Formats: sequence, structure tokens, C-alpha cells
Amino acid sequence: MAFWNKTPKTDGDPLLRPLPRRRQLSDRAILWLFIAPTLILLVAMNIFPLFYSLFLSFTDYSAISASPPVWVGLGNYQRVLSDKQLWTYFAITGRYALAAVGLETLLGFGLAMVLREKFHASGFITTLILVPMMLSPVVVGLFWKLIFNPQSGIFNYLLGFAAGQGPDWLRDPKLALWAVVIVDVWMWAPFVMLLCLSGLNAIPEYLYEAAVIDRASPWFQFWRITLPQVAPLLLIAVLFRTIEAFKAFDLVMGLTGGGPGDATELIAVNLYRIAFPPQFQTGLGSALAYIILVLIVAISNLYIRTLNQIRGEV
Amino acid sequence: MKTTLRRQRAPIVQSIRVDKISGATRLVRAIRIVLAVVYAILSLLPVLWIGMTAFKSRPDATAVPPKVIFKPTLEGFVSLLTDRAILNEARRQELLAHADELPWYQRLMVQQGMEITGPSQYVSRLWNSFIIAGVSTVAAVVLGLLAAYAFSRFPVPGKGDLLFFILSTRMLPPVVVTIPIFLMYRQLGLYDTHIGLILLYTVFNLSFSVWLMKGFLDEIPREYEEAALVDGYTRLQAFFKVVLPNSLSGLAATTVFCLIFAWNEYAFALMLTTDRARTAPPSITTMLGRGGIEWASIAAGSLGFLIPVVLVTFALRKYLLRGVTFGAIRQ
Repeated sequence: MAFWNKTPKTDGDPLLRPLPRRRQLSDRAILWLFIAPTLILLVAMNIFPLFYSLFLSFTDYSAISASPPVWVGLGNYQRVLSDKQLWTYFAITGRYALAAVGLETLLGFGLAMVLREKFHASGFITTLILVPMMLSPVVVGLFWKLIFNPQSGIFNYLLGFAAGQGPDWLRDPKLALWAVVIVDVWMWAPFVMLLCLSGLNAIPEYLYEAAVIDRASPWFQFWRITLPQVAPLLLIAVLFRTIEAFKAFDLVMGLTGGGPGDATELIAVNLYRIAFPPQFQTGLGSALAYIILVLIVAISNLYIRTLNQIRGEV
Repeated sequence: MKTTLRRQRAPIVQSIRVDKISGATRLVRAIRIVLAVVYAILSLLPVLWIGMTAFKSRPDATAVPPKVIFKPTLEGFVSLLTDRAILNEARRQELLAHADELPWYQRLMVQQGMEITGPSQYVSRLWNSFIIAGVSTVAAVVLGLLAAYAFSRFPVPGKGDLLFFILSTRMLPPVVVTIPIFLMYRQLGLYDTHIGLILLYTVFNLSFSVWLMKGFLDEIPREYEEAALVDGYTRLQAFFKVVLPNSLSGLAATTVFCLIFAWNEYAFALMLTTDRARTAPPSITTMLGRGGIEWASIAAGSLGFLIPVVLVTFALRKYLLRGVTFGAIRQ
């Protein structure tokens, strides 16, 4: 027996006994234990369904019929892309997004400039202005219906029209989309304001001091200091609102339900009608859903990238 | 005497340049304040109007021109929360004779020629909203906290991509996600169940809560835990005894945001429930259909829905910016 095989007798000596291993999880185990539930849930509820609907988008299938999906290849996509009606809905959505996001940016930025310098109770007023943003869009849509009512609503009344004389915002096909835009701006201009305010507050004072020393005009200061400094946050706000505009569903359902006719039939609302009652064209709906998805993912990419940039800087 | 005292005051350290505040600057300032106040009032007017309409009687609610001064009544709330039957004349007279013995809400309806037969569907829908929003929020916040901790403290492989993936699930339009979920749920028997909606809301809020919580956890210095680890705490003990107590305000803010999202959610609930698990937002809209337009009760329903959110907005004012940017931007 070689001497190195002999284990030293340590039983008796408590100092030489190996310490009892504390039962504890390694950091690595904790890491996966903490992340796994989230990832599993997200994959099960978001990724798997997306693959499932990708498959469905290549089939002819209706959720209410007993027959299984029939493979039709690119047929659904062809139908969606050649459907003039759907292009109209995309155009309506685009117009809505452009008008709403444009007005929100202007109004939100303007409000931020107004509220930029603190005054007595300015914090309170800022919070008051932010209230609409937090409300449920569908409930908001519903009660604006009452406000837009040409007979008893206060909107026309405040604009100075006598009862029944003013425009019928929700029934006039030319005005209905504007009505949706007005409510959207009311809800979301404060969001743009909030982001702009944080951008404005982060501008270092010395930039303005230097500008004053150089006798730069306020106009010059605005274009060369204020605007470029706020631009990244403004961009975030604009991208986020654009994404939301293409997802817009709740507000329109509450306010107009897509009408009158199809004047406010946004693409998400139409998708709902295709994929759910009354039409239940699940396959076709999935194809349209994927087209919308690609559009939104493209904008989201830009958005998250800008967000990450800001995270790195701020 | 007085003048000397004034001279002896501490010197002005920070230049406020009193000499430079001209009349024009003061005017601009005044204009700013007026603009802000006017906008705040205008933008709250619709909410105020709903608040008033909720307390109007039926004719007052649709009065032309709109009535600003009216006799407040709880009719709207009562008819929102109850089911009623129309009374025939004989029964009406009979009930009116004993009007004093009736509870106030019954009396109110009898005067309108109706009798309360029981609580309305809306009550159970509100209850559904409470349960679904509550449970899903707890789940999303707990899971979000754990994942956020891991992302904040450990070198997760592919961290950037994973976080990106997590946030991108939030960007998906509900209608797009719901088509396959609808089919899945029908197969699994989760359609129109509380569990089904809770699961979906949990996932929907999870991405948000991970991002928001990570922002909060990033702000807690690592040194706190390292000190605890050196003192012989295990990693888990350090998490529970050091990190958790320090993240309570962030946790509270995240919870409230998740609650609001779940409470306001409409699209999923509309497409994945019909009756048993239907929440309040999709049922408010269907109320329009039955028995003419009862604006007072719709306003009452909206008001009950809005008030908690308005209060919460004030409670959260410090965190609103973080909340809307997924914790990316802090003040």
C-alpha cells in the first residue's frame, strides 16, 4: 500500500474535518430559477402562438367550421395584398397615425415648453394634464360619444354652436376620423409632454449660459440647443405613438365601432372583424395579422434601439 | 435700524439676476401659467362632464342645451347596478303607497315606474375585473421581480437579446396575438375562464414588470448585497433581506401600473370571453344596446372605472415617466 493512499486520521480532530457544505444554491442556479418562469411563460403564450398563426396564415381555415386547416400556400397573402378594401383600411390607419402623432407631437412639445419652468403648483397641474393618458381607451371612447353628441354634447356647445346646429362628428364620414384623432390627441399629447419635459429638464444649464454670453438669440438657442437636446426623447415618443396607432383598437371600438360606413375602420379593427365574429376567417385573418406584425416589428425595432441608446447615455 | 438689519443679511450666493427680470419676461411667465392652467381645465372637462352626467336624471342627461346646473340623483348608479322590471300601474300605486318602507334605491326606481329585481350583470363583471386584475398583477410582479433581479445582477448569456425579446412581446398588437390564443384556449378549455384571462394578463404585464423592476433594482447599490454575502448570508437570504426591502417603492409602482393595465384592458377580454369571465370594459360598451341609451348609467359605469385610475395617477406622479417608458428613462 502506497503511503499516499493513506488518509490521515482526522475524525478526532474537529479542526481538520472538512466543513459541512452549507446547502445553498449557486448563483447560476438562482439565475435560471429566476428567469425560467418568465421565459417559459413568454414563449408559451407569445412565441408558440405566433408560430401557430404563421402556420394558419398559409391555410384556409375557419375557427367555427369542423374541417381542419387546408394548405393554400401564399393564397391568403395574395388575397390580402390584392384586396383594395384592405388597402383603404391601411390608408385610413396611416392617415390617422399621421394626424394623431403629428398633433400630439406639436401639442405635447408645446405643453412641455410651457410647463418647463416651475411655478407655483406646476407639479400638480402637470399631473392633472397627465390624467387622460391613464384612462381606459374603450371607456374614454364611450364617454366621448356623449360629448360629441350634436344635441346634448358639450363639444359643439363649447365650440359655440347652438344645439343641433353644429356638425355631427361621429356620423359625418368626413369628420369621424377627425373625432377619433381629437380624442387620441386628448389622451396622448400628455405622454409626449411627459417625455419632452424630462428631456428639457436634462439639458445642462451651461449650454444656455454659453449661448447668452455669445449673444445668441432665443430663436437660435431653441433651434441649436433645445431641439437637438430633446430630439432623442421626442423620437421615442413619436415611435411609441406610431406603434400604438397601428395597434389602435379600443378607442375606435368605444367611439365609432369603425363607422360611419367604414370611415374609421382602422386596420386592427378590420382584422378583428375578419378573424372573429362575424366572419371568422381565421386563415385569412392570420395572414393579415402577420402583415401588420411585420410592420409593427419594424417600427418597434427602431423604438427599442433608440431606447437602448438613451439608456446608455442617460 | 431696519435698513441696517437688511444690509446685514447673508450675501446672495446664487445669482438670481433680479435686475434682468424685465417686464417682458414676467409677462411671458404669466402667459405660460395661464396657458397651462387653461389646458389643464379644458382637458379635464370631459372627465368632469362624465362625473356630472353620472349624477343626472335621465331627462337631464340628454337635455338640450346641455345642463350645467341640475338636481343630483343616484338613478344612474342604481340602474347600472341593478336589473329592473317595468311595473304595471296597479303595482306601482301599491308600492308607492308604502314608499317610506322601501329602501332608497327601490324607491328611486319605483318613482320611475320600475322595480328592482336583483343585482345586474355589471356587478359580477366588476367582480371579474377585480379578481383577474388582482391575481394577474401579483403573478406578473413576482415573476417580473425575480427575472429583473437576475438580469440586474448576474451575467446572463445573451442579456441584451433576451431583454429585447421580452420587451418586443409587449409590442405585439392584441388582435394579432389573440387569433392563435383563441384556438389554443378553445382546445385547452381555457376560453371564457378566469384562469385563461389571468394567464394572458400575467404574460402581457410580465415584460413590462421585468423592464420596470430592472430599472429600480439597478439603482440599489450592489455593495449592499456584497456586504451581506460577506457576512455569511446566502444569495437568497441577501435577496430577501437586503434587496427586497430596498425595492419596495419600485415594487409598489410596478404593481400599480400592472393593475391599471389589467383593469383597463379591453381587446383580450372582448375576444376571449363571452360571459362567465367577462370583465367590465367590454361589458360597458354592450350596455349601450339595451333599452335606449341610458347615458346616466353609462356615465356612472365610466366614472366608477375612472376614479380609481385618477387617484392612482396622483399617487404615482413620481413614477409616471418610468412607467410609460418601461423604466428606461428616469427623472
